[in-house]
Amino acid sequence: MQEHTLSYVRQTMIEPLPPIAPERGVVRWLRKNLFATPLDTALTVIGLLVIAWILPPFLRWAVIDAAWTGSDRSVCATIAQGGIRPDGWSGACWAFVNAKFEQFMYGRYTISERWRVNLTALLFVGLLTPLAIPSIPYKFTNAFLFFVVFPIVAFFLLVGGYFGLQTVPTSEWGGLLVTMVLSFVGIVVSLPMGILLALGRRSKLPVVKMICVVFIETVRGVPLVTVLFMASVMLPLFLPAGMTFDRFLRALVGVALFASAYMAEVIRGGLQAIPKGQYEGASSLGLGYWQSMGLIVLPQALKLVIPGIVNTFIGLFKDTSLVYIIGMFDLLGIVRQNFTDANWASAQTPMSGLLFAGAIFWFFCFGMSRYSMYMERRLDTGHKS
Amino acid sequence: MARQSGPELRDEPRVSWVNDPKIRGIFFQIVAALALVLFVMWIVGNTSENLRRANIATGFGFLDRRAGFDVSQALIEYSANSTFGRAVVVGLLNTMLVAVIGIITATFLGFLIGVGRLSRNWLIARFCGFYVELFRNIPPLLVIFFWYLGVLSVLPAPRDSYELPFGMFLNGRGLFMPRPIWESGAWLIVAAILVGIVASWFIARWAYKRQMATGERFPILRTVVALIVGLPVVAYFLAGQPVTFDNPVLGTFNLRGGVDVKPEFLSLYLALSFYTASFIAEIVRAGILGVSKGQTEAASALGLRPGPVLRLVVVPQALRIIIPPLTSQYLNLTKNSSLAVFIGYPDLVQIGQTTMNQTGQAIEIVVIWMVIYLGLSLATSAFMNWYNAKMALVER
Repeated sequence: MQEHTLSYVRQTMIEPLPPIAPERGVVRWLRKNLFATPLDTALTVIGLLVIAWILPPFLRWAVIDAAWTGSDRSVCATIAQGGIRPDGWSGACWAFVNAKFEQFMYGRYTISERWRVNLTALLFVGLLTPLAIPSIPYKFTNAFLFFVVFPIVAFFLLVGGYFGLQTVPTSEWGGLLVTMVLSFVGIVVSLPMGILLALGRRSKLPVVKMICVVFIETVRGVPLVTVLFMASVMLPLFLPAGMTFDRFLRALVGVALFASAYMAEVIRGGLQAIPKGQYEGASSLGLGYWQSMGLIVLPQALKLVIPGIVNTFIGLFKDTSLVYIIGMFDLLGIVRQNFTDANWASAQTPMSGLLFAGAIFWFFCFGMSRYSMYMERRLDTGHKS
Repeated sequence: MARQSGPELRDEPRVSWVNDPKIRGIFFQIVAALALVLFVMWIVGNTSENLRRANIATGFGFLDRRAGFDVSQALIEYSANSTFGRAVVVGLLNTMLVAVIGIITATFLGFLIGVGRLSRNWLIARFCGFYVELFRNIPPLLVIFFWYLGVLSVLPAPRDSYELPFGMFLNGRGLFMPRPIWESGAWLIVAAILVGIVASWFIARWAYKRQMATGERFPILRTVVALIVGLPVVAYFLAGQPVTFDNPVLGTFNLRGGVDVKPEFLSLYLALSFYTASFIAEIVRAGILGVSKGQTEAASALGLRPGPVLRLVVVPQALRIIIPPLTSQYLNLTKNSSLAVFIGYPDLVQIGQTTMNQTGQAIEIVVIWMVIYLGLSLATSAFMNWYNAKMALVER
């Protein structure tokens, strides 16, 4: 080995350093996810500050200082406002929600007949749950019961007038009941209508195509509020003098037409994504138009656009809140209407009622979107795109 | 190989004309057209009959009559003595105002949140995810009510206004801001801004051409900022500071002077921006994730630093994915601005409704709505299509 004479060259090997202690658990996670760079650290600090600024006051308002029980506005108002709370008090008025809960659910539905609504809801959940869980068999029977039998049963149950049931006019319906009926009917009507419109828009027959394009683009181009106005103001003008429409039915027509146009565009996207070979394959098997659409193209196309379809459903569910404009009280409408109740009007009531309504809407929409993600993963056959 | 015996091939397959797709197609189209025409005739007949019985004159003549109602916010001069036509224009301008400002805010907020959701910082990513999931799943109307009934209407009376920076006040009657007063010579500032913009455009073009030709770069951003901000400032002082501010002053019962932004406008604007931002955030996130990882890696391999990688490689490609759905969100925001009718912001629908109640001209009003909203939709999508075509992949 060559001997070094230079004084600054080491003659012996240096002892190896011990390996870097691997950071584990919390410290490693924190360093990686929150304090990786100076910028990250700054962002984390700002984020924590924002949370500290929002969360404790909100919890204080919604839980600690909230008025949970009470029979009128005095529990939700300060002394200066005519209540019993000390000055400067601010808390959620859950007592208001508590007192009005039945109204928020049923509207002014005759109290002695509310079991009918409950029974309908029970049927709905009882049929929807097995339909939604993929491993449960008899899907076809179940779907038939849910989409064909259930609406008929629900109609007679809710409206009444037959089988010795007392008639409950739709003008007395309200709350979550109206929201659910409107969105269920909207969904059940808009899916087949949307499929027909989408097929029509891709049809080779110019007249059919033109009718569908004009309908879809006109409805999609205007806001739902104007469509509802049209349904409520113009439908009576369009019909012969003696013929009248229930207000509820008008809202249903408006919502269903509106949703169909959006559904059609979603489904058209799916139809366009199916390769031409599938259409040609279907024709070469000797299938006619409806057979090839129903057996070959639509099953694939609909599967592709499940997220879009569910998004349309979610939009429809949220949009039912607009029927308030034509004098119907859905969940949001009836909450809003109760703010003017002199017995409960206070500075805290609107916020509490809106949070309650928001929580219900959020629960349904979030549930739908999560379920669609689950189905998307399940139906993914791995050869998309 | 011998030809297999069988039925002789004919040029024309012998198919009954009932099964001929062409004839069937024509037949069904005639049926559809006839049904449509009959349906329309039935509706028109019923309508004219109903209108005749209700003694309602048809036509747009009512637009020239005196409106007789007041409007709380008008961008052009308007009083109860103005015509219905002018009222509709006021409504259209209000719709466009809230839509344009809302679109700008929602885009900004949405990009911020969409990028934040992809952040490596766990806290920020979670926070942005929470925002998106919260606002996507509640009705926009509820957000509007939240701001209008829950927040703005419980703000204190003018006497106890919150004082904000820059001489602004916030109370239950809205947001009060200083109003600039343009004195003589103020046109110089506007001219300076215009000159700055035009000059920037030419400099940007020249700099781009030079970089393409020689590879030399020009500090374009600094120059443009200096031109657009600096020139007006210079003009401001040269013209002898011709802009003063009329500050709102706290009076006994109300604030005097300044510009007041009505709570109706504020709540609609905030709600539409917050709501639409959650959708835009998801679009932006999907767009950025849609750029394949190989692009980022290739850019890094070329020696670009993270900033330029994002600016020169990722964002231009992500924009191609982002723009089409972004267009439909802009249209949604414009259409959702019709929710103004629920809180009494005088937009197109609200003024139309008032007009409808006063004149009974339901069909004409609905036609006006449809034409205007369709026009706005077409204009927005035309602009976005143009932008999309500009950004689209140019294949050689």
